[in-house]
Amino acid sequence: MELSMQAKLATFGMPFDIGATAGLAEPNAPPVVAASAARAAHSKAIASERIPQWEAWRETAHRIKAWTIAHLDRLLVQFEEQVTARGGKVLWAEDAAQANAIILDIAQGKGVRTVVKAKSMATEEIGLNHALADAGIRSMETDLGEYIVQLAGQRPTHIIGPAMHMSAAEIGKLFAEKLGTAYTESPENLIAEARKRLRQDYLDAQLGISGVNFGVAETGTIVVVENEGNGGLSMAAPSVHVAVTGIEKLLPRMADVPVFLNLLARSGTGQALSTYTHFIQGPESPRELYVILLDNGRTRILADRASRQSLYCIRCGACLNVCPVYRRAGGWAYGWVYPGPIGAVTTPHLVPLELSGELPFASSLCGACQEACPVKIDIPHQLLHLRHEAVTRPSPMRSLGERLTWRLWSWAMRGPRRYRLLGWLGLRVALPLARRSPWKPGKPGKWLRAWERGRDLPEVPAQSFKAWWRSRTP
Amino acid sequence: MAHPEITAGSRPTYRRGQEVALFVPCYVDQLFPQIGRAVVTIFERLGVPLVYPEEQTCCGQPAFNSGYWEDARPVVRHFAKTFAPYPWIVVPSGSCASMCRAFFPQLEPHPEITAVGRRVYELSEFLVSVVGVTDTGARFPHRITYHDSCPARRELRALDPPRRLIRSVRDATFVELPRGEECCGFGGTFSVKLAGTSLAMGRDKVKSIVESGAEVVVSGDASCLLHVGGILQRDPALQHVRTMHLAELLIATV
Repeated sequence: MELSMQAKLATFGMPFDIGATAGLAEPNAPPVVAASAARAAHSKAIASERIPQWEAWRETAHRIKAWTIAHLDRLLVQFEEQVTARGGKVLWAEDAAQANAIILDIAQGKGVRTVVKAKSMATEEIGLNHALADAGIRSMETDLGEYIVQLAGQRPTHIIGPAMHMSAAEIGKLFAEKLGTAYTESPENLIAEARKRLRQDYLDAQLGISGVNFGVAETGTIVVVENEGNGGLSMAAPSVHVAVTGIEKLLPRMADVPVFLNLLARSGTGQALSTYTHFIQGPESPRELYVILLDNGRTRILADRASRQSLYCIRCGACLNVCPVYRRAGGWAYGWVYPGPIGAVTTPHLVPLELSGELPFASSLCGACQEACPVKIDIPHQLLHLRHEAVTRPSPMRSLGERLTWRLWSWAMRGPRRYRLLGWLGLRVALPLARRSPWKPGKPGKWLRAWERGRDLPEVPAQSFKAWWRSRTP
Repeated sequence: MAHPEITAGSRPTYRRGQEVALFVPCYVDQLFPQIGRAVVTIFERLGVPLVYPEEQTCCGQPAFNSGYWEDARPVVRHFAKTFAPYPWIVVPSGSCASMCRAFFPQLEPHPEITAVGRRVYELSEFLVSVVGVTDTGARFPHRITYHDSCPARRELRALDPPRRLIRSVRDATFVELPRGEECCGFGGTFSVKLAGTSLAMGRDKVKSIVESGAEVVVSGDASCLLHVGGILQRDPALQHVRTMHLAELLIATV
């Protein structure tokens, strides 16, 4: 399991490699990411400001999710019973390997050669396309953004806009190169080309795979939202539908769904409602429906009280769009499937801290994510909690030098005389020494160098406030 | 978690003559002592008795934000012990006030410690929302803009108090900063751990400042100004733009 994660990260690149670059890493996102994210954040702001009860909706959604996650054990069983009663089949997968094995088993049992896929982060998470390809099954992404990144052999940079990092011109070049079509950067023509090609795939495919936006425990309903119509075709054209969902995606009752649909579309794209909202209640005979309930580390999050709220996430992408670090670093910098603030608090639970320990530090703790989150996840608190984990458990952020520095700092901050001594040592001894020492990555002075690379430090004043206060009150 | 902003009815009322304890954050004490001195002057002018408990050091935020909670806890306990006798604690920093009010409960959920934390107010909140002062008698004939630190904006939600104080400054022209909700990129150790990203954010903040046409950027947080001011100083074309802490503005008489 861990090895395969390592292999995965080796393929995708390490996230925010703070150690190797000594704090000098440049943000590396294509400029189009920042512009697209800012545009999406702006649309969301306009859409939510139109709703006077927006804050009440957020609070309601937060509480429904809190209740759901607290009663997940019962709700999952109820969901399974309801799906089964309507003729669907529920399968439980503990991890990515098991989920892929289950899906391969279904596909191979039916002699499937072509799969059409609606957009799904859960299947990105388990690396399903690789598993299908290894088994010789052709898997076609049908969401336009996913189609583009699949064609380019890349990973999505955003959970809502997978190809957010590419301009229309780049997509035009990609289509010309990979599909042999005449170069065009007109979005209409590019969309028409993708649609034409995908039509045949829907007809050829024997299996359709989708994610799930909400699973309703009360009725066993699967709710899937989309804007392109590709989701509906992927789920309905082939005779077998496999829906993959994280176990946290449940809602207790059908009556809970509307507030989430209202929040999701507005937060993700600024739409009042997604173009299509599918409610799937069991298969229509002779068609078949399989629902894969995926754990893959989620029960570990459930067990960690301080992290539990990250399970409330409805994958709208609003926190990515407002995040100043995401805008400048782009999605790939986060190294795994879930980028941005929600990725920084989720990934460290899903892959070992040795590989993801830097993520909670990829934030200025500005709190824009929490403010944007439609279900009010306390992301900054979770980042802090995970920073604590990352420096106390094996991770790239654990460093003896830093540990000793904070130990000394802590000792000094427990009394005014020690405090004065540390201030003197820091500003009058260490600072001038660090300025003079030849700089090497990873050596003392690296942080001063990182600071002074683009910023001046102020002159150190002759007298601290403390000293001034003492001098005026004899 | 409920936001610890000040709301009517959620706090006791300040009675004239009650002693107020001044907390001067470690980096202000060491690098910007003039800010602490400015707070002393403001309180003297207003006739509000101010004491500076000399045992004080730091609120613990640097270690807490870096993940070293075991090292931060004794510092928070020292802070709580030092400030326990005082009903009102004022600090010229939204970031430190937010550490005390919003994050003590996460780090050290002890009732005595969180009770001390809840009594900590950022300077402008204390003046406007607690004491009820909006005019400190300052005069400052310049075009100024205001930068809200993220903790002041999102944890304390103290957007109104600094603006009310600034609007009473005579001869000053106040302009809002475009894209004011965006973080300046300081973020404590973030500024050196992800220096490239931090600098990119800071340079964009500088662009907004230039766009505003302000000659002086005022903020309630000297840490943001350390970062933004450091970038301004590096650019010969921008050296006419100055940074200034709110406390310094409120005693200006030139």
